[in-house]
Amino acid sequence: MDSLISAKHVCVSRDSQEILKDISLDIAEQDFVTIIGPNGAGKSMLLKCLMGFYPPDSGHVTMRKGLVMGYVPQRLVADPTIPITARRFLTLRRKTDKAGLKHVIEETEVADFLDKPLAVLSGGQLQRILLARALLNSPDLLVLDEPAQNLDITGQLSFYKLLDRVYRERKISVLMVSHDLHLVMSSTRNVICLAQEICCHGEPRDVTKDPEFISLFGTDMAELMASYQHHHFHDDDPHHHLHAHNFTQPHTHLHTGADICEDDHPQGLTGTDEKTAGSGTHKHG
Amino acid sequence: MVDPFILRALAAGAGIALIAGPLGCFVVWRRMAYFGDSLAHSALLGIALGLLTGISSNLGTVLVCSGFALILLWLQHTRILATDTLLGILAHAALSIGMVALSFAGNQRFDLQSYLFGDILTVRTEELYWIFGGGALVLVLLLKNWLALTLMTIHEDLAKAEGVKTFWVNLMLMLLMTIVVAVSIRIVGILLITSLLAIPAATARQWVQSPEAMAILAAFFGLCAVVGGIFGSAYLDTPTGPSIVTAATIMFAFLFPLSQLLQKYRGIR
Repeated sequence: MDSLISAKHVCVSRDSQEILKDISLDIAEQDFVTIIGPNGAGKSMLLKCLMGFYPPDSGHVTMRKGLVMGYVPQRLVADPTIPITARRFLTLRRKTDKAGLKHVIEETEVADFLDKPLAVLSGGQLQRILLARALLNSPDLLVLDEPAQNLDITGQLSFYKLLDRVYRERKISVLMVSHDLHLVMSSTRNVICLAQEICCHGEPRDVTKDPEFISLFGTDMAELMASYQHHHFHDDDPHHHLHAHNFTQPHTHLHTGADICEDDHPQGLTGTDEKTAGSGTHKHG
Repeated sequence: MVDPFILRALAAGAGIALIAGPLGCFVVWRRMAYFGDSLAHSALLGIALGLLTGISSNLGTVLVCSGFALILLWLQHTRILATDTLLGILAHAALSIGMVALSFAGNQRFDLQSYLFGDILTVRTEELYWIFGGGALVLVLLLKNWLALTLMTIHEDLAKAEGVKTFWVNLMLMLLMTIVVAVSIRIVGILLITSLLAIPAATARQWVQSPEAMAILAAFFGLCAVVGGIFGSAYLDTPTGPSIVTAATIMFAFLFPLSQLLQKYRGIR
């Protein structure tokens, strides 16, 4: 199986500062790669290099022929000077296939606010619209740059739940920069820990035990992650595990959160969220 | 019967208004008003160039304004000074150099006022060709790149990811502005061009739900301003360029508060 994108010894400098140092990575079919790293680690630059926005200073990036990518940026600052509804934004393309559009609208659950101006949508709604737009291309690879960075906790849960479902149902690859490793652990197959160079990578449970990870994020983070893994990864395939804890975890405080942000998530919250948020209580306990 | 010079003025003004509307939307959305203003200032240097070398002042303006846009792009790329600083330097440098250059062509008859505020009533047939030729070019390029331009206005990186060559589209937009500036100098003059771009688009904003509707309505408001301004100036014997801008401003001054009132009213119900 040839990889979708492959980077070999990629180096990038800007203003005589090294931003990316000797990065090599491969993204295979149905991979779910999460890039984590401190601020200024070069995460966004790496994404942009992989997408071909900038050529690397040395090394090279190769894409599989005919690869279709869908990009979900960190946020969309909807400018009120531009009059545009969410529907028009989605159809702002050369040709839109009606059936495909309908399917994506259902898939991302955006029908309720489709005819509102972009400028009045909440952060969570905008991210769903951005995801919907990315999916309209029927991408083989979704590239997301901290897609839930500006959302509240309920919005984050709901977005990652949606992303996870899209990933499973479409059997596509996902490459994501995210700080919310604890929220995407169950989907993530491969974590890349970036600080100018790749300091460690592998499955989530291995990475969080890596001394490099601990030195980068501190022991607190490592212990926190270990506690997630304890609950999520005690059988061989983490992917079959998503629904396993639905009814065993406490989920009291989640409902409070859901009430507050009702507007954001008209579809309500279901089992997967409760599980994730439920295990979130370990953070405090 | 309407005099032929009024007809020529109406044709010229209508041609400008129809392209200034859609292009003006991007001026409003992409916050290019100051850029347009600076471009217009640098046009004086182009006119001087035209007078000194004997080429058409329209061509001189397009050349100088394009040069201006390229220098600006390059300076922006260095990211050392903010864009408004750069524009402040370039605009007034070009204006001053233009004035100095004009003084070398001193013995030619030159009516500065007509370049600063426009002189639409003296538009010649040959200038109409410039307006309609340039206008058609601008309109075609704008329509062809409408999706790319709108998308990159909403989110530049998203457009890039979807294959839009944002650098080139950006450059094209700057050159379109250049053409519009060059052909509208005779209509409203260097000092008033930006208002012809920005006011109709800003007036249209509150009344539409889609980018396309805003472009069309802006063109319509521009047309009304031109017609109202020309007849108003003929009737009241006022300078035509400023009369056109005044007509546009009157529309804005009525329609903007009205839209706010309507919105409030709808909100209460």
